[in-house]
Amino acid sequence: MSLLQYDFMIRALVGALIIGLTAPALGIYLVQRRLSLIGDGIGHVALTGVGVGLLLQRSPVITAVVVSVIGAIAVELVRERGRTSGDVALALLFYGGIAGGVVLVGLSEDSGNANLMQYLFGSLTTTSRQDLTVIAVLGVAVLVAMLGLRPALFAVCHDEEYARVSGLPVRTLNLLMAVTTAVTVTIAMRTVGLLLVSALMVVPVAAAQQVTRGFRGTMATAMAIGVTAAAAGVWVAGEIDTAPGATIVILAIAAFVALTAGAATWRVLRGRLGVEGAAHHAEPPDVVLEAGVR
Amino acid sequence: MSAVAVRHAAVAYAGRTVLRDVTLDVGDGQVVAVLGANGSGKSTLIRTILGLVPLAGGEIDLFGTPQRRFREWARIGYVPQRMGAGGGVPATVGEVVASGRLARRGIFRPARAADREAVRAALEDVGLLDRIGDPVATLSGGQQQRTLIARALAGRPDLLVLDEPTAGVDAASQEAFAAALARFGERGGTILLVAHELGPLEPLIDKAVVVHDGRIAYEGAVPEPAGHHAGPGHDHVHPHAEPERSRICVAPTDRMPANP
Repeated sequence: MSLLQYDFMIRALVGALIIGLTAPALGIYLVQRRLSLIGDGIGHVALTGVGVGLLLQRSPVITAVVVSVIGAIAVELVRERGRTSGDVALALLFYGGIAGGVVLVGLSEDSGNANLMQYLFGSLTTTSRQDLTVIAVLGVAVLVAMLGLRPALFAVCHDEEYARVSGLPVRTLNLLMAVTTAVTVTIAMRTVGLLLVSALMVVPVAAAQQVTRGFRGTMATAMAIGVTAAAAGVWVAGEIDTAPGATIVILAIAAFVALTAGAATWRVLRGRLGVEGAAHHAEPPDVVLEAGVR
Repeated sequence: MSAVAVRHAAVAYAGRTVLRDVTLDVGDGQVVAVLGANGSGKSTLIRTILGLVPLAGGEIDLFGTPQRRFREWARIGYVPQRMGAGGGVPATVGEVVASGRLARRGIFRPARAADREAVRAALEDVGLLDRIGDPVATLSGGQQQRTLIARALAGRPDLLVLDEPTAGVDAASQEAFAAALARFGERGGTILLVAHELGPLEPLIDKAVVVHDGRIAYEGAVPEPAGHHAGPGHDHVHPHAEPERSRICVAPTDRMPANP
């Protein structure tokens, strides 16, 4: 691959691969507890963090991590209380986050639409060596937590009350999920951008669960789809000169459509075979007659 | 020693009193049924015992330890009313039952052979071992309920707490359920269950407690009419022919005014 002779393309690829693995490993828990869109909301909040970073002339990735972690913890506290007004509180937080971000980015010296677009839709090819280190360290940390604590996180997401009665540290695990969501959103900001982050968390999981039977299998398949879409997306984007983030997401959605169609076709085929099979096993006529007499 | 001791418990939701002055003792090895109409507070009572609902007054001891300081949650196996639907991520029967081992093995230690063996034994006990690799979503309601009892049994608890375990469960699953509970009781296990109808569980019960309007209205042997109510074809429309009996009758509280 000729594109890989460029350093920036290698960095782009490595960054995309890490996100491709990490985002679905976290996303499966979010999907399981019906919080598929939370990544999107946290992405909105992270934009304020980017604005703060640009304004203070600090690394926007670091300030985005800090602000989105605070936002994610706030969201978790609202969710825990289960208030009906929680919905509105989340909307305030999310739109406040994106509006605050746009205003702060505009105030910074570095302002301009190009800069804003870079965070909203990703800017993989401008990933610096330092960015890559941050992405790698945080990505591996999230991955280790999601894989290592899988039984406990599965229990909490599957049945929170049962987990509580089992004496699990439910609150700590929920806060851990909130913090890792914020971290994943921020490190994925470079790859797919804040507005498309959620897609990499949710779409591979949605695609995987069309063909899997268990949680572990879904997680492994989703991570495989995520990492494949990321690698293929970077390559395709390089070849036909499209935005890498959006290309990765389109490929993941294509995987979802293909697997959904494939699984549906398989069910129809199996259903037909099943009907024929059942006919062979039908009761002999005399049994049916006897039953009818009775 | 009592497995569960509730003394003068009071519970309120958003300012409304749900339970008042409830005292209940579940002895070690006893099988106790909490009966009552919908909305009587019987589910709230066991949820309070489990710490899912905060206590507004009174005290609860679990295995002789005040609930606030109780940490041996592995000794308690909880069977909720039904399995949550979740967000559509598939999970196998084996994966759900394996959650029941977490209280024993902790969240950091990976599953060992003993954990996997306990999961298989629990599924064997409820007659679902052949479904261990199937997605729970493909199971019938009764089979899902049996999966939940297997999850509780997998932790090898001393006390099983069940919230309306047989509500809306097919007859075959009810029998399998009752048999699994009977074996648990024979091994010396303590059972506290909430029920609207006892059905095939009735012969297991040592003591029945009737909750009505947030108070304990009756405590003693399973009330005679309750056994009749428990019949699968019973439809709750018989008149109160005998006042003597209806005093300890469970189901008619359905139609009693909340504040006579």
